[in-house]
Amino acid sequence: MAEEWAIEASGLEKSYGPVTVLDGVDLRVRRGTVFALLGPNGAGKTTLVRILSTLVRPDAGGARVAGFDIAVDRQRVRRCISLTGQDVAVDGLQTGAENLRMMARLAGLSRPQARRRTGDLLAQFGLASAAQRRVANYSGGMRRRLDLAAGLVGSPAVIFLDEPTTGLDLPSRQAMWQVITDLVRTGATVFLTTQYLQEADQLADQIAVVNAGAVVAQGSPADLKSQIAEQRLELTLTDGLAFEDVTRALGARVVSTDPSRMSVGVATDGSAVHVRGVLDEVDPGGRAVRTFAVHAPTLDDVFLALTGHATTTSTNTTNTESEPAHV
Amino acid sequence: MSEITALRGSVAETIGTPTVVTDVVTMVGRSLRLSRRNLEVLLVSLMLPVILMLMFVYLFGGAIDTGAAYVSYVVPGVLVLCAGFGSATTAVSVSQDMTNGVMDRFRSLDVSGAAVVSGHVAASVVRNAASTVLVFVIAFAIGFRSDADILGWLAAGGVLLMFILAISWLAALVGVIARSPEAANGFTFFLMFLPYASSAFVPIDTMPGWLQGFSRHQPVTPVIESVRGLLDGTPVGNSPTLALAWCTGILVVSVALSVVAFRRRTA
Repeated sequence: MAEEWAIEASGLEKSYGPVTVLDGVDLRVRRGTVFALLGPNGAGKTTLVRILSTLVRPDAGGARVAGFDIAVDRQRVRRCISLTGQDVAVDGLQTGAENLRMMARLAGLSRPQARRRTGDLLAQFGLASAAQRRVANYSGGMRRRLDLAAGLVGSPAVIFLDEPTTGLDLPSRQAMWQVITDLVRTGATVFLTTQYLQEADQLADQIAVVNAGAVVAQGSPADLKSQIAEQRLELTLTDGLAFEDVTRALGARVVSTDPSRMSVGVATDGSAVHVRGVLDEVDPGGRAVRTFAVHAPTLDDVFLALTGHATTTSTNTTNTESEPAHV
Repeated sequence: MSEITALRGSVAETIGTPTVVTDVVTMVGRSLRLSRRNLEVLLVSLMLPVILMLMFVYLFGGAIDTGAAYVSYVVPGVLVLCAGFGSATTAVSVSQDMTNGVMDRFRSLDVSGAAVVSGHVAASVVRNAASTVLVFVIAFAIGFRSDADILGWLAAGGVLLMFILAISWLAALVGVIARSPEAANGFTFFLMFLPYASSAFVPIDTMPGWLQGFSRHQPVTPVIESVRGLLDGTPVGNSPTLALAWCTGILVVSVALSVVAFRRRTA
């Protein structure tokens, strides 16, 4: 297992009927790193995860995971991976400990090993005191943590997490981030999907941005941020004339315009020096700019910057995946 | 670093070789635990058979003349009817697994579909066996009498067990095929109605002529006739042979189709 790449995929394609979900995806994930697949609902993230975790066969293309071919060596791949999907995959009528012991047995641990591993994981995930409670009585965050723990019983080398933090509150989300960071420190490779730029930025060594079934950009967070505005300074102008003047003065630096609101967006690092500099430059007389605001980039900004058009589906809905039913 | 070691087990633990036997045993344990803790399932599988028996004996029984104590006549019918009701539970639990993230987790652990489904079938058989015992206990208390010897009892138990096994696998098949637990529930309706058009509750010759042909030749009737005859200690003719043939047929077809359908659904 001295392979450099934990995941190597090339030319992956998948359609469901007339709907093309993946349209030739290539990517490589280095061992012992976090890889984030960033994209809106319906971009094909879940389908890609299901193909790489051997649950769905691609129509074309292939991949190696943990050194094994996903088509030929399914079983070996499955011994090396774990998948934590968007749906929480633990039984509400079993206790946390029972769920983990069951998964540990299925992963091939002996009874004593399973018991020990369950105890360790429950402690690690802050669930020790809830070990003997039925999962139906857990909070959403606890259930997610247990679900993630259940994916780790077999000590997988490659861990797939499909939107691990969607629907979690901030403390739970931060706890999840900490777990992922710790996982990688133990040598595992984490492949996660997310709709949140901030999450990908915070966790990932490499990010692939997907839209409509294709990878539109790939690189480290720093690489990507150099391509997109880290933050956006939005100037709202006093009238149409000022709008035109300022837009012309900024030229190629304009990242977004909204004529109806007479606003112009320009990249900024958010520092007072830069903001003042831009204001002085475009509005030396102090009359053209009515208000300004600094925005953190959203997924839409990333897509706008990378693809020249907005995302194909709304990113406002965070809980529903509009991909075809994957059953 | 010691804190994070729990995230990855020791090397020795990672070299497990999961066996099919372990998988099946684990899945059976899971299904049994889940049904034991599901109040609705417990009510359907344990209380309903007893309530139905009391209902048939005390509400309808007085008006039905079968030539003997009605409780002795109706017990096999109640057991078969409840196997039908129980099949809904089985189909729904299989379907819930099929439509829920847990199946992805199982499959990514390389647990076979057969192991998952077997767990549900085993739980179904255990639930039905428990309700059967309970029904007999109550039946004896309200006047059920049997002239059968131990062999008769064993034979009757064998036929019932075969029927329960066949119906459970059929229900599991429904669960694998159905697009949702609600649909699975709906599909099992015909299993619940089949016993009514058999000799379960009334003698077939009291039915209209056009129905008698169906009632005589559907799978439930030989099962009922076998169990009733074996417990009565009266001649059963070829009923047990017919019953076992039906059950084996249903069983083989259901198991085969389940495996095929499971592959299709999860391909």
